[in-house]
Amino acid sequence: MVTTSTPIKAESRDLNFYYNGGHKALKGITMPLYEKKITALIGPSGCGKSTFLRCFNRMHDLYPGNRYDGQIIMHPDNTNVLANGVDPIEVRMRISMVFQKPNPFPKSIYENVAYGLRVRGENNKRVVDDKVEEALKGAALWEEVKNRLHDLAFNLSGGQQQRLCIARALATDPEIMLFDEPTSALDPIATANIEELMSELRNKLTILVVTHNMQQAARVSDYTAYMYLGELIEYGDTDMIFTRPTRKETEDYITGKFG
Amino acid sequence: MSNQASVLDNLEEVRAMIRRHKFNDYVFSIIGLIALMIGLLTLLTLFVDLVMDGYPRFTFEFLSEYPSRRAAHAGLLSAWIGSLLVMVVTFLSAVPMGVAAGLYLEEYAPKNWFSDLIEINVTNLAGVPSIVYGLLALGLFVYILDLGQSILTAGLTLGLLILPVVIVATREAVRGIPVAIREAAYAVGATKWQVVLHHVLHYSFGGILTGVIIGMARALGETAPLITIGALTFIAFLPPSPITDTPPFLNFEWLSSGFTVMPIQMFNWLSRPDHAFHMNAAATGALIIVVTLLMNGTAIWLRYRIRKNIKW
Repeated sequence: MVTTSTPIKAESRDLNFYYNGGHKALKGITMPLYEKKITALIGPSGCGKSTFLRCFNRMHDLYPGNRYDGQIIMHPDNTNVLANGVDPIEVRMRISMVFQKPNPFPKSIYENVAYGLRVRGENNKRVVDDKVEEALKGAALWEEVKNRLHDLAFNLSGGQQQRLCIARALATDPEIMLFDEPTSALDPIATANIEELMSELRNKLTILVVTHNMQQAARVSDYTAYMYLGELIEYGDTDMIFTRPTRKETEDYITGKFG
Repeated sequence: MSNQASVLDNLEEVRAMIRRHKFNDYVFSIIGLIALMIGLLTLLTLFVDLVMDGYPRFTFEFLSEYPSRRAAHAGLLSAWIGSLLVMVVTFLSAVPMGVAAGLYLEEYAPKNWFSDLIEINVTNLAGVPSIVYGLLALGLFVYILDLGQSILTAGLTLGLLILPVVIVATREAVRGIPVAIREAAYAVGATKWQVVLHHVLHYSFGGILTGVIIGMARALGETAPLITIGALTFIAFLPPSPITDTPPFLNFEWLSSGFTVMPIQMFNWLSRPDHAFHMNAAATGALIIVVTLLMNGTAIWLRYRIRKNIKW
């Protein structure tokens, strides 16, 4: 396993997850997210990587009957994100998310980015203006949209829309950002832009990314976790996972013998 | 027939078969067109007939005169004002209640057998004959709540009548909003009410409005429930004006006033033996159809305008 002095930002401890109806989608997952590093989750479809990602911001709470069992601890405050007494809304204010398909609101570019601030009751125009500009710069979109902030977000290209969604997730200064297959709906150029952006974001925050694309995991991540049928098969330094995996299953998957 | 060359081997046969099948296409398109035309032409004929019969009464006086014993002087004034005021009450009662109920059912209510039962009942309510609503209103609004045979009673009755239409329209409009948009809002930390207010209600506005207008167009033509609650058929006065020239400039006495509405006035004229009155009835019928078409047209136009900027 990894030996490093990098601080841990969050860690899941013996996490099990049951969907409505009792299907056990995650089985005893224990792994860390290192601070200001990118951790990638890889594995075949249905292995539970998206399910795991969506535990971090309690998205499963939106649908009745889902059940968590285990802990996700956030540092430095040692909050268990999954505890009953912890409000999922508070969690989502600390951990933001970027989805598989760009999902901007049918509002202006400006209002899309400002929405997280609006939800917090921030209506001071100066403050919102500054935050929107900062977030758009952080998402490498500012130069392209600065003259049309009040245009409808749908008028942007797919890659620009996804960067807008990153800006929206960035505007509220989250500690962790979750990416759920963020480039699977994009062309190769837009994908390269997003990957470059993720590498830059690493300076500010901790990233967990689900990807169906192993080359992407190898390119962008510092740590990689391979999941299969709801279990964490192997976790480690990305270079090590892709060059010297210790488990036979991991090797079969990354060499394409399976999956 | 079992190998790939079979089409080439039996080319003539295959072509004959395709021609036969295409003939069925042709036959069906003719049947469909005839079915469509029967519906459309009947309606068109009816409308043209009404316009031809009522044509001499299409004058400004027809709208500005009270009903009269003399057909040529009888007008729609009290009826169209009555219709307008009743519609105001209907709108103000049905829309907030229907939208709130629809939003609750779709966004807040737990999904279990009880909410399924409510859903089935709401859908069925839309199919209850309107005269049954009239009986209900007579018992509830007139006798129990003692609201009288008034504009308020009429408006509430028609409000109840279109309530299921508004609820169903709201639910359908709300359901059309993709999960991805809701999740995007939740993911930045929005509460359920913020998601409903900023997104769900906002994006479903066009659909809800369309349902409301179509419901109102239906209410405009309703006669039976209003006769049941005791609408008058001959009124030579107007309700007190809702707007006054002294503060507070609003007056609610009109709510308890007696009233008539356009379809009832039409029914009244139609039931007279004197044919001169039938002309008035025809003109009223044409007017109701025109207003209904305008309302539905507005609904379609609004839906188009509002949907234009939303693609998903």
